[in-house]
Amino acid sequence: MVAHSEAVPRRRRRSQRAVARRFDSAGPGTYLFLIVVVAVSLFPLYWSLVVASHSNSAVYAYPPKLLPGANLFHNIRRLFNSELVSVDFAKALVNSAIVSSVVTVAVVFFSALAGFAFAKLDFRGRKVLFLLVLATLLVPVQLGLIPLYIEMIHFGWLNSIKAVIAPNLITAFGVFLMRQYIAGGVPNELIAAARVDGCNSWRVFWHVILPVVRPMAAVLGLLTFMNTWNDFLWPFIVLNARNPTVQVAVSDIATVAYTPDYSLILTACFISILPLLLVFLVLGRQIVGGIMQGAVKG
Amino acid sequence: MNAVSGTGSPGEVVVAPRARRKLLRRLDAKLSPYLFISPFFLVFGVFGLFPLGYTAYISLTDRNLLAPVSHFIGLHNYALLIHDSYFWRAVENTFGIWFLSTVPQLLLALVIAHVLNTKLRARTFFRMAILLPQVTSLVAVALIFTQLFAHDYGFINYALGSVGIHHVYWEAGRLSSWFALSVMVMWRWTGFNALIYLAAMQAIPEELYEAAAVDGARRFRQFIHVTVPMLRPTILFTVIIATIGGLQLFTEAYLFQSRTSGGTGGSNRQYQTIVMYLYEKFLGSTQFKFGYAAAIAWCLVLFIALFGIVNYFFVSRIRSAEG
Repeated sequence: MVAHSEAVPRRRRRSQRAVARRFDSAGPGTYLFLIVVVAVSLFPLYWSLVVASHSNSAVYAYPPKLLPGANLFHNIRRLFNSELVSVDFAKALVNSAIVSSVVTVAVVFFSALAGFAFAKLDFRGRKVLFLLVLATLLVPVQLGLIPLYIEMIHFGWLNSIKAVIAPNLITAFGVFLMRQYIAGGVPNELIAAARVDGCNSWRVFWHVILPVVRPMAAVLGLLTFMNTWNDFLWPFIVLNARNPTVQVAVSDIATVAYTPDYSLILTACFISILPLLLVFLVLGRQIVGGIMQGAVKG
Repeated sequence: MNAVSGTGSPGEVVVAPRARRKLLRRLDAKLSPYLFISPFFLVFGVFGLFPLGYTAYISLTDRNLLAPVSHFIGLHNYALLIHDSYFWRAVENTFGIWFLSTVPQLLLALVIAHVLNTKLRARTFFRMAILLPQVTSLVAVALIFTQLFAHDYGFINYALGSVGIHHVYWEAGRLSSWFALSVMVMWRWTGFNALIYLAAMQAIPEELYEAAAVDGARRFRQFIHVTVPMLRPTILFTVIIATIGGLQLFTEAYLFQSRTSGGTGGSNRQYQTIVMYLYEKFLGSTQFKFGYAAAIAWCLVLFIALFGIVNYFFVSRIRSAEG
């Protein structure tokens, strides 16, 4: 014990030195490396803007034009003119907004509900059922797409956005994230106090849990919205060009013409990215934090 | 409370509601948890588990969208699949692209995370900037890069040309198309993995670095002997995620061809992936061979499971070697 108490100050001094060593102030080389990384990360997005803002003939110029041109609004008008383009792009945007919003609200709500049950309620089979939820994370659900397609024919949901919404209403990832957050972030005393006040489980969830999980709900909601907005394979299988989501519409514009009209295609890409880009600029800090938090806990 | 204080004979008036409340409370305690978790199991059962099981059944039939009846044909689809050279070519392509994209991606992510784990100005800016590609949809990634990799007017060939390297016909060659697709995957995922590594690096206890510093390890050796071993669980996690995603690669490769022809992945099927071949048999060409496509789906499940098992043994080997 004596030796231990003696060792403390020395160790602290040493640890300060180690911290200094570990967190070296970054030198110019470090910044140069990071700037190159950032440039590579941003360049393709910049490039889509460059191509989207030129006429299609300018896209075939050599050497290629590296600065944005003046044709962006002309191309956007072309994109939304359904006589020129194979799809109704405005409808696609509305569809994607509906699908992503409904899925996001449902995933956050149902995940919080199930997460609450797994974290704070006592019931038979709790552990086994939670393991089952985790096990489904390993099952590549997408591979059931053939029977799922047949199912959708039977439901009469083919070419309807219902087919895109229903299978995504809740995710194992969301349940897992919410369970971890509620287990660690909601004190049992808070729930007990609500019980004493006569709250049943539902009211505990509504009045105690939901307000507390708001930060995690925001992160889960953002990630869900992005994933749903960007989802391609399943919408591509069940929807057609007449009633598409944004991704289906963009891919249709890109593949329907014999010679690709790149300025139009990349305008469509750019418009399809823009909403998420704006969300990211405003809330990117929270998204970064959420991913890093999730990484440590998982 | 009110009921008790308000009535002269509390016995009869209060007991009945209290008994009912007790019953309700017991019902609540017993049933609510199941009610709360039921949406997950309902959705997963109807749209996840049932289709996956049904896939197994369909794969044993000659089901076709165009045929009114289907017949049970046992393992015939699988027997055909084993001798299907297109299928094995797709398997090779998928694993080739997976390898080319995953290995450099994770190494680069480690380096970026290590660099980000220093005292930095504009830290949040760098973190957000490297995550930005994640926000971009697969469709947009595929189309933007297809244009960048275009043969005559693409930016990449232009850049290569300006340093004296001849234009590459990226889409036409096998290795070159794999490379182009790997670049797309890497571009979208490297920053995300770097952030995961960064989070794990920040959770490594200081004492380990102290000890290494005492032993005279410099920064690079600290990275090799402390950081990398401590990150092993995280690295394995990212490998698993990258593999499950990589084996299901579809969108980038499907949109890479100048004009889709049912998803054949180039004129020589040089970059057709397993899921693309599945799609070709399913809806892409006009064959609608659902039974055959289902057999391909189950082979893919098998590959993913096999990989999981190999990974599991690999991990437990390392653990036992350490312990």
